[in-house]
Amino acid sequence: MSPEGSVNSPAKLATKNLSVFYGSFQAVIDVGIEFPACAITAIIGPSGCGKSTLLRSLNRMNELIEGAKIRGEILLDGKNIYQLNVLELRKRVGMVFQRPNAFPLSVFDNIAYGPRVHGINRRQKLTEIVERSLKAVRLWDELKDRLDQNALGLTDEQRQRLCIARMLAVEPEVLLLDEPCSALDPIATLHIEDLLRQLKEKYTIVIVTHNMQQAARVSDFTGFMLLGKLIEFGTTSQIFTRPQHPETENYISGRFG
Amino acid sequence: MKEKLIEKGLLIVALSALGSLLLIALFIFIEGMPLIVKVGLKDFIASTHWAPTRGSFGILPMILGSLAVTLLALIFGGGLGLAGTMFLAEFAPRWSVRILKPLIELLAGIPSVVYGFMGVVVLVPWIRQTFGGPGFSVLAAGIILGIMILPTVIAISLDALNAVPLSYKEGSLALGATRWQTLYRVQFRAARSGIIASLILAMGRAVGETMAVIMVAGNALLIPTSPLAPVRTLTSNIALEMGYAAGDHQRALFATGVVLFVIIAVLNTIALLTMRERK
Repeated sequence: MSPEGSVNSPAKLATKNLSVFYGSFQAVIDVGIEFPACAITAIIGPSGCGKSTLLRSLNRMNELIEGAKIRGEILLDGKNIYQLNVLELRKRVGMVFQRPNAFPLSVFDNIAYGPRVHGINRRQKLTEIVERSLKAVRLWDELKDRLDQNALGLTDEQRQRLCIARMLAVEPEVLLLDEPCSALDPIATLHIEDLLRQLKEKYTIVIVTHNMQQAARVSDFTGFMLLGKLIEFGTTSQIFTRPQHPETENYISGRFG
Repeated sequence: MKEKLIEKGLLIVALSALGSLLLIALFIFIEGMPLIVKVGLKDFIASTHWAPTRGSFGILPMILGSLAVTLLALIFGGGLGLAGTMFLAEFAPRWSVRILKPLIELLAGIPSVVYGFMGVVVLVPWIRQTFGGPGFSVLAAGIILGIMILPTVIAISLDALNAVPLSYKEGSLALGATRWQTLYRVQFRAARSGIIASLILAMGRAVGETMAVIMVAGNALLIPTSPLAPVRTLTSNIALEMGYAAGDHQRALFATGVVLFVIIAVLNTIALLTMRERK
């Protein structure tokens, strides 16, 4: 059984022999994985297994940490991401973080932030984008009369939805989510999962989670990582019902992690 | 028992600091207020005629002089300081920050007479040759003060900028913003109150500075009409005339002190309030 994760549908984003280092520490070891288009792929594994590092290297956010470097390839639509402009890459591959990190600006300015830094300044166009993005995350009805309000005054769930809307506003192709529900209560978590299921019709979604139930509920494909290696990859139902590797089975059945 | 004694001792020392501050304030007000009452507040701060030995006590030229010099200092020192802050916070390599930041803070420890001396020897002749005029001018005082307020501006605004959560920066970069866009659209916005506070505290420092200003400002008793004109500030006025003043003249200098005291108290209060707003 090869650890290479691959499926039959076309891969939007893929890694080949990817290793990620922080100084002399190797956080990701030789990972090859393909993320199919218009599907949700979950990456699970215990803390420190390298799943967040893998995710962050997909839009080069790992470079914010000093001493980070990679070996191997990351391909977006078959093209090496290091041949793209990093700003263009991050526009096409958006990211949502563990803690909702809405900016200390108004709701409107939060959503309009991305379009603005990419050069869209016409008020009418921005208004359209804000409305469309908020509707896509089901916040429009709640917030349409409070667009001028500071986003820090919203609830945790609203702020996390706002962060997703802010990412959608720059019209990305891939959405990377780094434990997006870990700061939310169970009800809000279910709401966000519903939202992800709707978004997968248009976007390729990769979600890192330590919550196995969440991976089982929301994802189409699952990769299991342990100590920097991708141990197993397959359809979510296969991983959760017929895991091929004993480590996967141990983790899924709750024997460690 | 011993614990109690140390506690009491420290309390007394702490209170004595507070006490001497109160005594100084009280003394200035007692000495200065009667003259303000006698001349009338309006004539004191709105009249342009200062001839204290002949009974004219108008300090308007000095108030305007202080304002002009402080404004220029803020333009030079504020602009340079904020640019330096941005560089240190985001663009300078970490090892250079470890060297540069203590060096900038060292600027605060240089005696002001040294700044003034540098001004007289280097800056004043340069202004005279380049722009004309006497050289001793609003411009010279503004530049020297601008350099003197750099440590205040940089230390406080850098702390404010470093206190901005990393998650804001990550969120902005992940949307494809450049580091510069991230800095001025998100991080600066989030640190705004601290940065404003640093500028206000720097303003207080510039208004209060005396020695360096006396040395380079020319000290003429005129309302400055151009940056190249000589100027006398409130603080210079006190320092220059204290040696030979007596009677109402001396009380007028204390009254000038009262005006300064009020200006600086107001500036510091605004700075404190904007910093508190952040939390």
